Amino acid sequence: MTRNAAISLTRIAVIVGGIALLEVLCRRHIINPLTLIPPSEMATSLWHLFGSQKIWDDIAQTFSTVAFSFVLSVAAGFALGALIHALPRVRRAVDPLLASYYSIPFFVFYPLLIALFGLNTVPLIVIGFIFATAAMVISTLNGLDRVPRVMTKTSRILRLSPTRAIWSVTLPAAAPYLFTGLKLALAYSFIGVIAGEFILSGGGLGYSIAYAYNDFDNQTMYALMMFVLVIAVAMNGALHVWEQRMLKKRARA
Amino acid sequence: MTQAWSGLNSRALDALVLVTLTVAIWQGLYEYAGEAAITSPLATLGYASSLVKTSSFWTHAEATLAAFAYALAISIVLGVVFGLILGFRRFAGDVAEPILVALYTIPKVTLYPLILLIFGLGVSAKVAFGVIHGVIPIILFTLNAVKNINPVLIRTSRVMRLSPWQTVSTVLTPAVMPELITGMRVGFSLTMLGVLIGEMFASQRGLGFLIINGINMHNVPMTMAVILIVVLFAIAANGLLLAFDKRMHRT
Amino acid sequence: MSAGAAVAVPQAAQAPIHARLCGVTRVFEGKLSVHALGPLDLDLARGEFFAVVGPSGCGKTTLMDLIAGLSAPTEGSITFEDKPVEGEVPDGIGAVFQEDASFPWLTVRDNIAFGLRRAGVDAAEIARRVDYVIGFMGLRDFATAYPAQLSGGMRQRVCIARTLVLQPRLILLDEPFGALDQQTRLLMGDELLRLWRETGATILLITHALDEAAMLSDRVGVMSARPGRFIDIITTGWARERDSAIVADPAFGAVTARLWSLLRSESLKAIGAKGA
Repeated sequence: MTRNAAISLTRIAVIVGGIALLEVLCRRHIINPLTLIPPSEMATSLWHLFGSQKIWDDIAQTFSTVAFSFVLSVAAGFALGALIHALPRVRRAVDPLLASYYSIPFFVFYPLLIALFGLNTVPLIVIGFIFATAAMVISTLNGLDRVPRVMTKTSRILRLSPTRAIWSVTLPAAAPYLFTGLKLALAYSFIGVIAGEFILSGGGLGYSIAYAYNDFDNQTMYALMMFVLVIAVAMNGALHVWEQRMLKKRARA
Repeated sequence: MTQAWSGLNSRALDALVLVTLTVAIWQGLYEYAGEAAITSPLATLGYASSLVKTSSFWTHAEATLAAFAYALAISIVLGVVFGLILGFRRFAGDVAEPILVALYTIPKVTLYPLILLIFGLGVSAKVAFGVIHGVIPIILFTLNAVKNINPVLIRTSRVMRLSPWQTVSTVLTPAVMPELITGMRVGFSLTMLGVLIGEMFASQRGLGFLIINGINMHNVPMTMAVILIVVLFAIAANGLLLAFDKRMHRT
Repeated sequence: MSAGAAVAVPQAAQAPIHARLCGVTRVFEGKLSVHALGPLDLDLARGEFFAVVGPSGCGKTTLMDLIAGLSAPTEGSITFEDKPVEGEVPDGIGAVFQEDASFPWLTVRDNIAFGLRRAGVDAAEIARRVDYVIGFMGLRDFATAYPAQLSGGMRQRVCIARTLVLQPRLILLDEPFGALDQQTRLLMGDELLRLWRETGATILLITHALDEAAMLSDRVGVMSARPGRFIDIITTGWARERDSAIVADPAFGAVTARLWSLLRSESLKAIGAKGA
């Protein structure tokens, strides 16, 4: 068996084993059923929820909010990153800010945003956007930095127009790093929106989890928590697989 | 000498421009949204300076700092220990890394109800939030620092016939230090974030609580003042750690 | 074999001048200004194979950048085919750089066709030219592979092919075989000569390997340490039909020895040592 196969199998075994252990501990009441319900119950509860309309409304709201935040942050992040890259003076000024960016607890701005925009999805989109854009900017800067100088020289020797050079050479060369930015922007948009819905909002999956918690409705709460977990893992996993396929042909041995 | 000065001056100028820009945008938002939604920069500054003179503020601040200190200590210890184990046990590390990365991208807020149910409302819940935010990046950075130890270093140590202790203390530790420091810096910020969020809805004490309370009481100036203090602290602390991080990476 | 003078030499006077540098200097401005090159004069005859050797840091790459139009001279003039070159790359020049410039996201075939596609040549012509060059450079078995799957030497061949397919009249090569082992270098040298004879292009080869310069070229320009100027230009006098077997010719040893005798003191200067 190859090492990679062994690693994957072990990983699956660890995950399955962990879930199985949790199942046993819950069923045996070693873990207080008021604290945690068995994974199998979470699954059945989720299945039932799919029958009701509420969860689909929540899914629609959360996903659309995340989508807005994601698209905006990728576009703005890339544009800003490219702009900053082209202006070295601005870059020098902004670099320390970017390095400290993720140390600022942006969630503290939530109440402010609600005061500014009202109790709707706009504050959520804004928070997701603030969270995700910086990651895209940093990834764009990184990617543009790492375009080998010889590529730029080649563009000039081939007498490409500036637009052509950027489109046909610079962007494909920077693509792996830009893709990393995409992954991070999606993850951060998701985190920002769900956290926002959880803390203060009138709809969406995050809010439903908080509501179920306040209502002592463990069945619904854990079902939704599991759903969000699975979605997050699936989303990132899918992007990861796509990225690996894209990079395979480029991978230097 | 003059070159060092002009470098410092231009950076100071850049910082000044950035601050002025931020304040200008802030003022603009204030003009747009009005007194009920946001306080002006000047008013916020005034409120904040009078706030830090009250003792009740410091009670809350101490609560936050205490919880943060516990959470950070636990994150660092757990993070470094697990990171070292997974770094040196290559197979375990390869199995665990994607799992950890996946955990990192999950919205941790989804785990909050679980944490609350386990720890109840209060300090331990706050500390737990801080830890679940901060421990994973420290593990990952430590793991990668160990993985990236250049095999040449180990071969050189063996040729020089160093004892295992000497190898670890004089060769390996300095080799991994820069990455470890970066991991701790990232863990620092995330732990603080976790503690603050925990206070925002699981506590009656602390700066996070003050913020949420301010909103509930429609006390906008106080909310903004506390936010300003927290953000300034975050930037200052991170700035210091960044400078330290850079020094460590220079070697 | 004769030791050439600092400018054009009898043999070159029979062929028209392809590129000319007159009193060219290049100074890089910055915190400290660096006088990288010159003043220097050079007449490149059409169809000749000219090599440039010199100690590291003497400005060989700068020289190539100037001729190609990738940067502009601080003083002096550069002309290519009787038209001035000023920081713009003229039509008809191709370049192969030291570092691997193959595009990792394209197959070998797409890499080679890249320049033609951007220039708007029609598809049938592109296919014809690309196929010819792939055959010429021995890449037929690798046409659908990606550069990452090839060795360093193969990747350089792809870069050369990509340049060739555009049918340049002047080909600049900046230590193209620098990253390769000696045996591969010798083989690539033979290929370069074959390419030169078939295309009739003018070739300027920058190399740090004295034997390579001595073996491949019609003339070798020896540069001084920074700021680089030509100390001497040596004519090898080889026949057009030549290959690496020339190493057996006693004249080859004499040329190489002459190059080293000129370069030794300059190289010592470049590494900051005293004495010549």
